[in-house]
Amino acid sequence: MASVSCNECAADIILADGTEVNEIIVCPECGVDLEVISLNPAKLEMAPMEEEDWGE
Amino acid sequence: MQRRLKIGVLYSRMRVEEKWIFAALAKQGLDYVRLDDRVIHFDLEDPTPWREFDAVLERSISYNSGLYALRILNAWGIPTVNTAAVAEVCGDKLTTSVMLAKAGVPQPHNKVAFSTAAALDAIEEFGYPVVLKPVIGSWGRLLAKINDRDAAEAILEHKSILGSVQHSIFYIQEFIKKPGRDIRVLLVGDKVLTAIYRKSEHWITNTARGAEGQVFSITPEVESICLKAAEAVGGGILAIDLVEHPDKGLVVNEVNHTMEFHSAQPVSRVNIADEIVNYVVEIANASKEVV
Repeated sequence: MASVSCNECAADIILADGTEVNEIIVCPECGVDLEVISLNPAKLEMAPMEEEDWGE
Repeated sequence: MQRRLKIGVLYSRMRVEEKWIFAALAKQGLDYVRLDDRVIHFDLEDPTPWREFDAVLERSISYNSGLYALRILNAWGIPTVNTAAVAEVCGDKLTTSVMLAKAGVPQPHNKVAFSTAAALDAIEEFGYPVVLKPVIGSWGRLLAKINDRDAAEAILEHKSILGSVQHSIFYIQEFIKKPGRDIRVLLVGDKVLTAIYRKSEHWITNTARGAEGQVFSITPEVESICLKAAEAVGGGILAIDLVEHPDKGLVVNEVNHTMEFHSAQPVSRVNIADEIVNYVVEIANASKEVV
C-alpha cells in the first residue's frame, strides 16, 4: 500500500492494493477526483473534468 | 508456429470495467496492449504499427475519440469491437431511433426539429410533460423534462444560444410514466447475457445518477426485442435500456456501444468482462481466418 498526498488539500491518501495506473480515486477529505498516474513512486494528478461527449 | 493473438484495448481511464477486462485478458494469457487514448496518435499514412493487432476493443470514455479511432482502424481493415458503423448509430440517439424505427423495434415516440420555433411546435404537439435530450451524451447528462410552454421556450433558447451547434438538433421524446425503473440488458454478439433493473425515485434512471441495480430475470419478450434492436444497430457488445411504457409495453430507450457494467456484473453474478474478452478473441480469430 502506497501513501500519497492529495493534490488539492494535501490529505494523506493510502492507495489500496490492486490500484492501477489511470484509475480515478476520490480524496476522502476534500472529495476531489484524482487520477493515479504512477504507482512506483505513487503519484496523483487532478482527474480530467467530465466532457460533454463522455459516457458509454 | 502460429502467432499468438494480439489484442489492443483503447481506453481513457481505468474504470472498474477496464480493471475487470484487463484481468480477464490476463487470466486467459492473452497478449494485449493498453492504449490510452490521451497518449496514442495515428499517422494516417502508416498503419503498420496498428496492423500488429488482430482486434482492438474500444473503451474510450470520449465518444468522439473512440469513434474517430474506430473509423481509422476500420479503414485500415483492423477489426474492432465495436465497429465504427455501430458506434455511429449507437452514439447518436437520433440515429439510433431512426435505425430502430426502420427495423420496427418498439421505442418511445420521438420528434426532431432544427430550429427553436419548429421544436416548440413539435413539443406543443406532444403536450406536457415532454423530454428534450442531446443527441450525443450519456449518463443522463443535460436531459430536460419540460413541464410547460414557459420552460420549453427557456430551455430551447438556452440550448440554441449557449450550447454547441449539436444542441440545435432538437431531439424531443414523449415523457414515459415508468414504474421508477428501467431494464438494462447486456448482449454480446447474438447472446443475451444478463439484465438488471435500474431503480430510482428520479425520472432519470441511470446508475451514473444514483439508480440502484437489482436482479432481473430475462423473459422471452425481452430477449426477442433486444436481439432485434441489436441487429438494427449492427450488433456487437451492447447494453440496451428498456422502459416499461404504460400503453406500448416494453420499448427500447437507448442502445449503448461502450457499455458500463459496474452494477450489472456484481448484481447478476455473470462475468461480463470474460464474455467481452471471449467475443473479442472470436472476432480476432475470425479476422485471421479471413487472411
